[in-house]
Amino acid sequence: MSSEPKPKAHSGPAPLHGLLAEYESPAALMRGAEKVRNAGFRNWDTFTPFPVHGIDGAMGIKPTILPWLILGGGITGCATALGFQWWANGVDYPFLISGKPYWSVAANIPITFELTVLFASITAVFGMLALNKLPMPAHPLDLKERFARATDDRFYVLVQASDPVFDEKDTRSLLETSGAAAVEDVPEDVASEPELPRGILYVLLIVAAASTIPFAMAAYARESKSPLPRHHIVPDMDFQQKFKAQRMNPFFADKRADRPQIEGTIAIGELHEDEHLYAGKLNGVFARTFPPSIHADATTMERGRERFGIYCTPCHGQVGEGDGMVAHRATSLSEGTWVPPSNMTEERIRLMPVGEIFNTVTNGVRNMPPYARQIPAEDRWAIILYVRALQRSRAAELRDLSEQERASLIRGG
Amino acid sequence: MASVDYDSWYQPPKGDNEIAKLTDVVLRVAEAKRPPIGWYIAFTIAVGMLGILGISIAWLFWTGIGIWGNMHPVVWAWDITNFVFWVGIGHAGTLISAILFLLRQPWRTAINRAAEAMTIFAVMCALIFPGIHIGRPWLPYWMLPIPNQMDMWPQFRSPLDWDVFAVGTYFTVSLLFWYVGLIPDIASLRDRATSTVRRFVYGMFSMGWRGSSRQWHRYERAYLILAALSTPLVLSVHSVVSFDFATAQLPGWHTTIFPPYFVAGAIFSGFAMVVTLLVPARQFFGLKNVIEMKHLEAMNKVILATGTMVGYSYGMEFFIAWYSGSSYEGFAFINRAFGPYAWAYWTMVSCNVIFPQLYWFKGIRTSLWGMMIINVLVNVGMWFERFVIIVTSLHRDFVPSSWGYYIPTKWDFMTLTGSFGLFFTLFLLFCRYLPMVAVAEVKAQHAAAHGGGH
Repeated sequence: MSSEPKPKAHSGPAPLHGLLAEYESPAALMRGAEKVRNAGFRNWDTFTPFPVHGIDGAMGIKPTILPWLILGGGITGCATALGFQWWANGVDYPFLISGKPYWSVAANIPITFELTVLFASITAVFGMLALNKLPMPAHPLDLKERFARATDDRFYVLVQASDPVFDEKDTRSLLETSGAAAVEDVPEDVASEPELPRGILYVLLIVAAASTIPFAMAAYARESKSPLPRHHIVPDMDFQQKFKAQRMNPFFADKRADRPQIEGTIAIGELHEDEHLYAGKLNGVFARTFPPSIHADATTMERGRERFGIYCTPCHGQVGEGDGMVAHRATSLSEGTWVPPSNMTEERIRLMPVGEIFNTVTNGVRNMPPYARQIPAEDRWAIILYVRALQRSRAAELRDLSEQERASLIRGG
Repeated sequence: MASVDYDSWYQPPKGDNEIAKLTDVVLRVAEAKRPPIGWYIAFTIAVGMLGILGISIAWLFWTGIGIWGNMHPVVWAWDITNFVFWVGIGHAGTLISAILFLLRQPWRTAINRAAEAMTIFAVMCALIFPGIHIGRPWLPYWMLPIPNQMDMWPQFRSPLDWDVFAVGTYFTVSLLFWYVGLIPDIASLRDRATSTVRRFVYGMFSMGWRGSSRQWHRYERAYLILAALSTPLVLSVHSVVSFDFATAQLPGWHTTIFPPYFVAGAIFSGFAMVVTLLVPARQFFGLKNVIEMKHLEAMNKVILATGTMVGYSYGMEFFIAWYSGSSYEGFAFINRAFGPYAWAYWTMVSCNVIFPQLYWFKGIRTSLWGMMIINVLVNVGMWFERFVIIVTSLHRDFVPSSWGYYIPTKWDFMTLTGSFGLFFTLFLLFCRYLPMVAVAEVKAQHAAAHGGGH
């Protein structure tokens, strides 16, 4: 506060800013304020150490527009958050995460909520300060010693001389008869400097200029080239004592960091001696029979149906006709590089030895990947059993049906 | 030592009326030439601990995350435990200042200022941890939507990014709310100031507030709306923090009860911290007649209620683990209570569920020693709750070959200790230089209670 009284040359006494009345209690202030209001003043105010309940009515203060500003701030925050998330993740740099949509309201609600609250709160605080004309560094009341108690335990009315109804004598007697403990003149502040002191101005200018230096350096660094190696800020992370895959290691005779499996070793559970079960072959030829350990019963069929549903239907479709969702999508994109999945109910595959189908599932064919890592051998055979059933269902003849089913067909037809 | 100022705090406050006495009893703490000797002792210890934080962060930046005990499969450990712990502590301040304000609970005015300050300092402590745990501490701005050389934006559908926005908004709004509340009281300090420096500094921060009724009108409206905005905000923040875990597929984390459970736990731990700080503060600074026993008792009742809610959540987690029929979920919880970290689990249960039940007895919830001991235990328990959730869920991965046991290093201990140093340093500075009680609000209540006159 610029309350240091500085001697400064000015002619005559300072003009009158207004009249200040002091009250000892909120109740006395209310009575005084009602009198001033009823006298028709406009440029006046009351000053209290805490918000006095009911003073708004006694003074005739109209409700502030602040809540509407805050509503505007909230709506802006909401729109900014929704719009920016949509634009950033859906348009400018589309992020595909687990096949989820680029833009979905549900996943963007938390940030939208937070920014709505943030913008509304910032509007509330800075809107309140702006409407209250704060910060207000100097005011004629600061020169009144008595007024220091406005933030402690006293209550004041200030009627400004600029008010059209103001008359020095009448207003003074109005205030004196309103229950005030004291009434005093408030002269205009002619002592304080109206402008920012030169020294402070220069310091602010220098700070403002200096604050651009880091940005200028960053901009320069982005536009220039340097022959020096990059800085290693955390050397422990940049130089780790380990060998990465496919690198050289002089320690070994073959100079490779990757160590090959020692010849003749087999991991536990990976001794696949049974050629029929694991390769689908008998004496080097694709087998036409299922391995003896696979039982063609309802349990295996059910297992096969389930596994087929998990692994095969995305491309081959529910009945194996090569019309799964992936095939539909690839066909609709029509990019030309797509090899459509086989229709497993066609004659070529119907006549194919089971061993060869097993080989295809195990090792893949054309752009179909191998499934040996994902599906155990027993399950692969179960899938083939189910495929055989699908093929049979698509090439069924009348004699395959039971008496009852045949009868119902004839009746229906 | 007869001339030491703090003796005057045990003298009756100056002033010829109740309102002036209220001003004096609160503000003379910030105006005394010297604080009590206890403040110096506490401040020395706090600054020493703050130094430990500086050393441990410097060494972390120099060497890397390897100085901590974090090791596969426990890749989140004390760093995130501390983060969630501190964010949780913060919630009490906003709850007291916003929700209790909207509910018109008059007892909140005695404690809301200190609780809000505590919120801000706790969130500052919390914000350190996500900043330093990322391994490449010069790149934390990647969390924010700032244009960069990769032309990439953050992934806004990730709960980790929700966290950035939730905690960032929370810190900003809490700071604004606290500052708005402080403006009239800083103006009181300015008007009572005897030195030019104090008048200039307090004058700058009070922005020329003179208590005009036209300004009070907008001020009160802004404060009310800020309270209304902060209420859903505070409930959202710990919910979002819990999403970091709840949206993961990990047994022990993947539960829908997390958001309300985390919010109840946050209020629980925050209230315990407020009481822990205010009991010594009101003793040292002679504020016993402003922060009264009935206020502390009300706080302890809230601690009892939220502690019971937390206990219910622990039970419900176990029930759902069994009821879901998921063997992984069942294993995660049985392993939590009876596995290698059973000691941590039962520390948590005793501190959070069993000891607070003593608050059913009026004699205990109105005894200063009783509440100090129980509330410190609650804070210990709530730290362990986050440790248990994070570490026990991670340490036994799906494949037994990926099982491990997390052991903290001395740097883990130092960083945690250091964060307390930062918290206490800031809180002690606050006690010394700012009004610890919202004087204008207490005065308004006093006037309302005494019919506007005195």
